[in-house]
Amino acid sequence: MSLAKRIIPCLDVTNGRVVKGINFVELRDAGDPVEISRRYDEQGADELTFLDITASSDNRDLILHIIEEVAAQVFIPLTVGGGVRQVEDVRRLLNAGADKVSINTSAILNPQLVADASDHYGSQCIVVAIDAKQVNSSDGSPRWEVFTHGGRKATGIDAIEWAIKMQSLGAGEILLTSMDRDGTRNGFDIALTHAIADAIDIPVIASGGVGNLDHLVNGILQGHADAVLAASIFHYGEFTIHQAKQYMAQHGIEVRL
Amino acid sequence: MIDIAIVDYGMGNLRSVQKAFEHVAPTASIAVTSDPNLVSKAKRIVVPGQGAMRNCIHELETRGLRETVIEAATHKPYLGICLGLQMLFEESEEGNVKGLNILPGKVVHFPISQMKTADGQKLKVPHMGWNQVHQVNQHPLWQGIDEDSRFYFVHSYYVETADSLSIAAQSQYPFPFTCAVAKDNIFAVQFHPEKSQIAGLTLLSNFAKWMPHS
Repeated sequence: MSLAKRIIPCLDVTNGRVVKGINFVELRDAGDPVEISRRYDEQGADELTFLDITASSDNRDLILHIIEEVAAQVFIPLTVGGGVRQVEDVRRLLNAGADKVSINTSAILNPQLVADASDHYGSQCIVVAIDAKQVNSSDGSPRWEVFTHGGRKATGIDAIEWAIKMQSLGAGEILLTSMDRDGTRNGFDIALTHAIADAIDIPVIASGGVGNLDHLVNGILQGHADAVLAASIFHYGEFTIHQAKQYMAQHGIEVRL
Repeated sequence: MIDIAIVDYGMGNLRSVQKAFEHVAPTASIAVTSDPNLVSKAKRIVVPGQGAMRNCIHELETRGLRETVIEAATHKPYLGICLGLQMLFEESEEGNVKGLNILPGKVVHFPISQMKTADGQKLKVPHMGWNQVHQVNQHPLWQGIDEDSRFYFVHSYYVETADSLSIAAQSQYPFPFTCAVAKDNIFAVQFHPEKSQIAGLTLLSNFAKWMPHS
C-alpha cells in the first residue's frame, strides 16, 4: 500500500455560482460552490479545484470570498485557477485559503511568472494548467498544441514540450485538459495523457471528457495520470465520489476510501 | 495570553492551519503572529511552512524569530508541519542550508533514480496526495487516529533522523521514510494535518490538549 490516486471534482465558478459548459461554451447552472464543496468533502473527494471563469474583473474578488468560506469548513486541499496574472494574485489566493494556484494563459504570456511564483511560494503550490488540442502533424503521428484564453487561441506550442518546460521552471503539478474531449463525455484523451505523464516527473491530473466511471479507471491505468478530474458526472448526481472510488478500487487502483 | 501561536514567517498556508485550529479548538485563543514576544508567551506553538528551506530559515532570521522558535522548542508543546519539521534538523540538501539543529539528522531529496514501484512504474516527485501513515510509537497525538490512516502529503524532501527513537511514524514512497517525529515536547509531521480531513483534525485537536510534561 502506498500513495493513493486522487479524484478531484472541478467547480467552474462564475458570478458566485458553479456552472458547467460543453466544449468551453453553453454554461449551465450547477449550484452553490460552498454547498457543493461540503458535499464532495463528505463523499471523500481528495482535493477540490475551483476555476474562476468570470470574464470581468469586477466579479473576480467573489472567488476570494468563496475560497475563504470553503476553507473554513472543508479541510482538504483546494486549488484555484483563473485570472492569475502576477505573483501578487498567487499570494491573495493562498491567503484566502487556497493551497495551490493554477496558472494557464499567464504562463504562456509570461513563463517567468511560474518561476517567480514557485521560487517564492514553493513548487508544491504552483499548478500549470495546459489546454491541449490534437493537430495534424507532417508525419501523421499525433501531436497536441497548447491553447489559451479558455481554448480560443492557438499558441503553436507543442503540449509535451510545454509540460517539460513548465516542470523545469518550477511547476509542481500539471492539470492537463483535452480540449477535444472536454464536455463530450467520451472519456479522456488517453494518448495525450499518457504522452505527458510519461514525459515528466511531476504529477499529472487528467481532465476533460469523463462520462462514466470506466473513463476514470482508464485515465489512471492507461493514461498513467496521478489524479483524475471530473465535473458533470458528480455535479448532477449521476455518481458520488464514493461510488467512483469503489469502482476504481475494484479495478485494482489504490484510493483513499 | 495566547493559547496557540501559529508562527508567521511569510511562508506557506498559514490561513489553512489557523482555520483548522479554529475548527477543532473553538474556545482557544489562536493567533497567527510574527511577533517574537507573542510567540514566546504563547502556551503552545505551531510552525507550519511550505516553500523553500533557504527562504524559510532566512525569513525566520530577518523577523527575529529564530531564537524564539529554538527556545520554544526546548520546553513548550511544539507542532511542526512540513518545513516546520524539516527545519528542526541539522541541515538540508535543499539549497545546502543549515537548520535549527534541534534534532540530529538531515533533510534529503527523494532520489529520482529510485522512484519506481515494484513493477517498474514511475513515481512522481513531489510526493503529492494521500498516503498511509504507519504509527511506529504510541503517542498522545495519535489518539483516536487509526493505524495506517491516510494523510495529505506534498513534498520533495524528507528527513533522515539520526535518532531512531524519535521516529513517531513512517510512510512508504517507495521505501519507508520518516513522516513524523516525537521527542519530549516536540511533535512534527511531514504531512499536512490541516488538509487531512478527519484524521488531520483529530491530530490538531489532540495537540491543542496535549500536556507533554504531565
